[in-house]
Amino acid sequence: MKFDIRATALTAAIALTGLLPGGAAQAEEVNGLKTAASFESIESEQARSVAIFEEMAKVITHARCVNCHPVTGGPLQGENQKPHSPPIPRTEDNFGVVAMRCTTCHGEENRPFLGETGSVPGNGHWQLAPQSMGWVGLTVPEICAQLKDPERNGGRTLEEVAHHMGHDTLVGWAWAPGEGREPAPGSWEGFSELAVNWIETGAACPG
Amino acid sequence: MTDLTINGKDVSLDVPGDTPLLWALRDNLRLTGTKFGCGVAQCGACTVMVDGMPVRSCITPVEDLEGSDVTTIEALEGPEADAVRKAWVDLDVPQCGYCQSGQIIAAATLLTEIPQPTDEDIDFAMAGNACRCATYVRIRKAIHNAAKILEA
Ligand code: FES
Ligand code: FES
Repeated sequence: MKFDIRATALTAAIALTGLLPGGAAQAEEVNGLKTAASFESIESEQARSVAIFEEMAKVITHARCVNCHPVTGGPLQGENQKPHSPPIPRTEDNFGVVAMRCTTCHGEENRPFLGETGSVPGNGHWQLAPQSMGWVGLTVPEICAQLKDPERNGGRTLEEVAHHMGHDTLVGWAWAPGEGREPAPGSWEGFSELAVNWIETGAACPG
Repeated sequence: MTDLTINGKDVSLDVPGDTPLLWALRDNLRLTGTKFGCGVAQCGACTVMVDGMPVRSCITPVEDLEGSDVTTIEALEGPEADAVRKAWVDLDVPQCGYCQSGQIIAAATLLTEIPQPTDEDIDFAMAGNACRCATYVRIRKAIHNAAKILEA
């Protein structure tokens, strides 16, 4: 191909505009999740808090999170949230059945299938969330109210909820779920920042 | 190199850390009672005991097992294992037998934790152990019989 100075100049111009204010839109959203900073322009603190939670809900309602937060029964799996195979009912300790505990298959890390593409997901904390923390079928405002309710959130303060979201490696697994699974939107850091900002702005729930 | 105990013996496995335990058992140690069925943690044919808990050896890399105590079907022992073996023989449970080492490990574990299991306990505990010969009805009956042997 012949070198074309005009085409080069055009490419450079396009590249430059990416750095100008119009290009800032890119930084406002990372992997489908808006950054905490992108909500700063919302003046009302209450409205900002609600908007941040609605953004967090993109993660919370994603299959990577919901599959282990069912309301009844056992865990779900896959992007279409079908029941876990082999079938596992919910048990008192949320850790599988006798002779088939979570750790029978789920290790400290994701483990590749033998001879096939795909992997068995894993994390050192692998287990089902207690029933009181179930999210399947709940609306976003209902999930928000549940997260704030110590009766249903495992007796956690809001700071502890944010800590769970930002530091529990089982939550972080949602962004590194292993071959064959779609990660949750955004990044763990981005989600954690949203959680901290949500609390700092009063942890308001959508109405 | 991974140091662990397998069937009561100290073993140093000189294989790459990501080698599945199932391969090390079968190919390096010639413990071929443990079978390869699916390789994706779905069938239970490769089940062994690790530190007293059933584990799918097909997806367990040996590097995760430093210092662990592994028991395979060749060395499974104790009153529950004995009762299961007797009940299995009495009822002629196996058809082709391929899945049976995994079935027996799961059944013995079940009886260790729930000495008198209900049908539901059995169905849930054994749901991860597939049998392509569909010996499920005999397996369930044999587990009830083994429970009776243990009770006696
Ligand atoms: S071969 Fe391991 S579960 Fe099927
Ligand atoms: S006896 Fe043949 S697979 Fe179970």
